[in-house]
Amino acid sequence: MSFWEYANPKKFMETSSWLLPWVAIGSLLCLVVGLIWGFFFTPDDFRQGSTVKIIYLHVPSALMAINAWLMMLVCSLIWIVRRHHVSALAARAAAPIGVTMTLIALATGALWGQPMWGTYWAWDPRLTSFLILFLFYLGYIALWEAIENSDTAADLTSVLCLVGSVFALLSRYAVNFWNQGLHQGASLSLDKEENVADVFYFPLLVCIAGFVLLFVALVLIRTRTEIRARRISALRARQRLNDTSPSATPKEA
Amino acid sequence: MIALLRRDLALTLRSGGGFGLALAFFLILVVLIPFGVGPQSELLSRIAPGVLWVGALLACLLSLDRIFQLDFEDGSLDLLATSPLPLESLALLKALTHWLTTGLPLTVAAPFLGVFLSLPGEAVVWLVSSLALGTPALSLIGAFGAALTVGLKRGGLLISLLVLPLYVPTLIFGAECVRRGAEGLAASTPLLFVAGITAGCVAALPFATASALRVNLR
Amino acid sequence: MPDLGKYADAVLGSYAVSIALIVAIVALSLWRSKRVKAELERVETETSGQANTR
Repeated sequence: MSFWEYANPKKFMETSSWLLPWVAIGSLLCLVVGLIWGFFFTPDDFRQGSTVKIIYLHVPSALMAINAWLMMLVCSLIWIVRRHHVSALAARAAAPIGVTMTLIALATGALWGQPMWGTYWAWDPRLTSFLILFLFYLGYIALWEAIENSDTAADLTSVLCLVGSVFALLSRYAVNFWNQGLHQGASLSLDKEENVADVFYFPLLVCIAGFVLLFVALVLIRTRTEIRARRISALRARQRLNDTSPSATPKEA
Repeated sequence: MIALLRRDLALTLRSGGGFGLALAFFLILVVLIPFGVGPQSELLSRIAPGVLWVGALLACLLSLDRIFQLDFEDGSLDLLATSPLPLESLALLKALTHWLTTGLPLTVAAPFLGVFLSLPGEAVVWLVSSLALGTPALSLIGAFGAALTVGLKRGGLLISLLVLPLYVPTLIFGAECVRRGAEGLAASTPLLFVAGITAGCVAALPFATASALRVNLR
Repeated sequence: MPDLGKYADAVLGSYAVSIALIVAIVALSLWRSKRVKAELERVETETSGQANTR
């Protein structure tokens, strides 16, 4: 029993079809429990008032926005090295979810920033790197959509993902450098992990689990869709081949 | 290799695309900025480093889709790929051609356009050196983007979307270098970062470009 | 409903935006999954008449 067995689309479809309901239910459960717990049953922060409740959406979505990219990077590497189609399709499936997570993180961050910092947007290193990450996602998806041949698209997007990761990392440090160069030490980002008390911490953990499971469930659904779409185009191509040259041996298809 | 470089240079110059167009775009952008933000020279001199760098970057972007497109369409790219010259050197060569026809003229023109934006005199040397060291990276990244989109019919817009996020670090360090130079601060650290990015791009990106080309020529 | 104080807009706004976005991506994924599944079934029955289905 090896992990690589799931590179077989058939095996992947079988396993994911029984895994999917559990993940989906788990994600729904965690999200509902975590968000209701966080929204209704946690106290207000003495400094931030009720806005601290945004943390239950902001932190998990930001976490998943980065993890989605990491997953795409790993899948791209697997595709380049071992050429498993499921891996390339999973990377494709993850990208729109990553965009959604980035959008949630940016939107909740902006709404949180308005009462706390007095502005929706500041060119703070963290915020800026998320905006750049968003642009990377857009470019990646646009390249997938633009190329018709799916193997070519998988190859090119994988290369883009690798190069993009290097540059995303570089941008992260460049942006740090740039902003400190602008306003000396006037950093707006508060270090959230350190001053989170237990009352906020446990519902936050539940929410993070919910977002992780949600991501897994969505990736499974979308990868299954991509595999089916691939099968459709394969069947269509075979049909066309049979229509145009009935004498051709079916084995070629 | 030299012959190929001369051929590419001749082709680019004769088609009149890259050379004049990038410069004209740069000129127009720099001239338009004061109309947009007003003629106060202290404001202009504050934004000059950023405007000049963004202008050079956008001017570079204009001619990116031509790096491989014409050779791809008339089939010479296939011939070049089967020639003994490795595809990696071809990628490097194409980026070099692009730099010679856009990056270099932009670098030369930038100090003169800086006058329009009342760029402080002490910043000029930083402007020229950061552009000279940074624009090769722009051309190399651009060649990578062009290689990704070479098979597409409407690749132009897609290139911008793919390449612009990759330009961010170069732009940040380049503009930061000029800004520090203009304010009389020590500007060599960002300049070294720009040089480092370019060196890294020269070393690594031709391989990515060549692999993208190989996929597209398959 | 907890008392959100003067920050009610920000908190409710972010919950609304986030939940809307999550629902949107889930709905989009499910909708596309359903469509592609139906399409695959259609294509499979069409091609099953011909020789050599997998």
